[in-house]
Amino acid sequence: MKQILVALVEDKPGVLNRIASLFRRRNYNIESLVVGHSEIPGASRLTIATDEEEHLRRNIIRQNLLKMVNVIDVVDVTDQPCVIREHALIKVKADSSTRGEVRNLADMYRARIVDVGKQSLIIEVTGEPDKIDSIIEVLEQFGIIEIMRAGKVALTRGADKPTNGNGPDSDTSTSNTTVNEAN
Amino acid sequence: MSKNKQTLTGAEIIWECLAQEGVEVVFGYPGGATLPIYDALNQYRDKVRHVLVRHEQGAAHMADGYARVSGKVGVAMATSGPGATNLVTGIATAMMDSSPIVCITGQVSTAAIGGDAFQETDITGATLPLTKHSYLVMNVEELAHSIREAFYIARTGRPGPVLIDVPKDVQIASTEFVYPDDPISLPGYHPPERATDQQVADALELINGAKKPVILAGHGVTMSGATDELVQLVEKATIPVATTLLGIDSIPASHTYNLGMMGMHGTAMANHAIQEADLLIACGMRFDDRVTGNLKTYSPNSKKIHIEIDASEINKNVRVDVGINADLGTVLRQIIPKVKQRKRPDWMKTIDGWREEADQRDVLKMETESLMGAQVIRVIWEGTGGDAVIVTDVGQHQMLTAQYYSHERPHTHITSGGLGTMGFGVPAALGAAFFLKDKEIWAIVGDGGFQMTLQELGTAVQEDSNVKIAIINNGYLGMVRQWQQMFYEARYAETPISSPDYLLLAQAYGLPGYRVEKLEDILPTMKKASKHEGPVLIEFVVEQHDMVYPMVPAGADLHQMIRRPHPEFKNTDA
Repeated sequence: MKQILVALVEDKPGVLNRIASLFRRRNYNIESLVVGHSEIPGASRLTIATDEEEHLRRNIIRQNLLKMVNVIDVVDVTDQPCVIREHALIKVKADSSTRGEVRNLADMYRARIVDVGKQSLIIEVTGEPDKIDSIIEVLEQFGIIEIMRAGKVALTRGADKPTNGNGPDSDTSTSNTTVNEAN
Repeated sequence: MSKNKQTLTGAEIIWECLAQEGVEVVFGYPGGATLPIYDALNQYRDKVRHVLVRHEQGAAHMADGYARVSGKVGVAMATSGPGATNLVTGIATAMMDSSPIVCITGQVSTAAIGGDAFQETDITGATLPLTKHSYLVMNVEELAHSIREAFYIARTGRPGPVLIDVPKDVQIASTEFVYPDDPISLPGYHPPERATDQQVADALELINGAKKPVILAGHGVTMSGATDELVQLVEKATIPVATTLLGIDSIPASHTYNLGMMGMHGTAMANHAIQEADLLIACGMRFDDRVTGNLKTYSPNSKKIHIEIDASEINKNVRVDVGINADLGTVLRQIIPKVKQRKRPDWMKTIDGWREEADQRDVLKMETESLMGAQVIRVIWEGTGGDAVIVTDVGQHQMLTAQYYSHERPHTHITSGGLGTMGFGVPAALGAAFFLKDKEIWAIVGDGGFQMTLQELGTAVQEDSNVKIAIINNGYLGMVRQWQQMFYEARYAETPISSPDYLLLAQAYGLPGYRVEKLEDILPTMKKASKHEGPVLIEFVVEQHDMVYPMVPAGADLHQMIRRPHPEFKNTDA
């Protein structure tokens, strides 16, 4: 099971560099990292997927992120009920003889064709990572020219905004992530 | 704090902020990209003293040494490019040993950044993994806030180095200056304070139920100001204490329950006690590989409590039963009133057995033909009444000092532990001397490390620093030679090292110099050195092939120590 961390960070120059550098120097592997503005002005939210399996090491990764001055909060959502989505653009070979078949397959995945050329199509698809893997697999028979995957984004389900409780009066000890129970 | 608004240049703001932060001394070296800062210094001479170093590495180590003896933030200053990169070793040293320093570097002008201008280095980028935090100040309005935050971050939580890079045009630009006095609030930075009631209860249950507990005291004890609390806990619950290298001055050496240093060159009784313990209480330490040996066999039968200000250290190397991420002194004050008063006669008797054997193996009790490093350290201890501040370099002399100079008070043992930076000793001692104006300060260094930063003798003489420099000269890079002797069949590749004539060197720099080759000459020479107000250099010519014992080979089990050969005992423990 991949580890998925959702981090809220200050939107300042160099913050992404600090986070990437932390993963590099601590010898953790980033599988994907997506960053964008959050609902809080001046703060960005990141979804970081790592391939770390071991529970204690996962906790150390999270603690190392929390330790950074510009990192406001980090929640490990790996074991939380959450929505995880990936976005991909897939350029696939298609001419007049195969275009219809590709289009049918794309429909089955609720993917959209966003560009058409004489010899190719670009398919845009959103979904769980498994679904992206699956459509890529079925499109391979036509010949895939290029793939651009945007990495995982995640939010926990329910109305709560999970927090690690990284506040002045809270307990940020070795206990596991104290995430509010999502419904 | 003054609320009067005034228009100042960036350069003036830097000095104004340093004065507001209570900085008394800045260690630095001017250059092209800090010309405006140094020009403005002339207006602030009555508030801040500037010490001209001979190499920026020295500035960072001096700031570090100053910080470690004072508990205040040390400040180093360097120009852009090579000036900034020369700080890097000192910054890394401070980072590994959690020492609060602020480094201010000049940078090329904002318009030139990124264009490979003359003396441009991306120093915030280069030091990113080596600093607790860093700032590249791109406009003068942010400067005062950045400096204030830098000092706050450097000294709070787990302290560490913070770098502020200030482009030249930001130093020249002007703005209205008010030193902010509102509480600092950083959304992502909240140093932990107290343990929860549950954590205290969990810790108490383990402590009260333990038969063979050991406290592991690290640098966090002195940094948290928790030395009195540590002794209270130790005496109330009768718990012996093993210290890390940086925790050596966390409990008086003469204390009955002090087992001495643990780890690779620790005492046999400390290492045996840790391996036999049924409870380890780790206080402000991080289970470094030099103190644990083989992690798989480390203290196999003990429960473990870890009290540590840095949450990312808990469960990093050693899995613990109770992890408490809080300020050590606060946690000990929470625990002490509730801990059961206990005597542990059986456990103390076991420990005394290890102590007696170690005493008999002591090189000081043996007949030796030549002067031994350990003897020099012990006589320096006698000659200073055990009351000097000792700053060491890195290597055999460092371990011998840890073993043979007995410290009774906190902040009296300064050494580069985590990074093991050769060349640290002399500049760090000089830095310490700017805070401890009435204390005797000894820099104990090896002939190898001394030669890495000996140019700071110039600073010592120019500033007339009252530091006694003891060079323990064995003609080798001794610690590396020891490993070659033990593990590489005595193939001494590049470890023999020559020295200049230290008496001539002292003469050239204009300070008194002495050479000591006999045990009986140490004390009289020390007396002469102590009488001289100002820097003195003493070379001690010692046995070339002595080794530091005991030694746990890297990666070996902690109790498998190579011991000093002795006719009545085996040469190894198991």
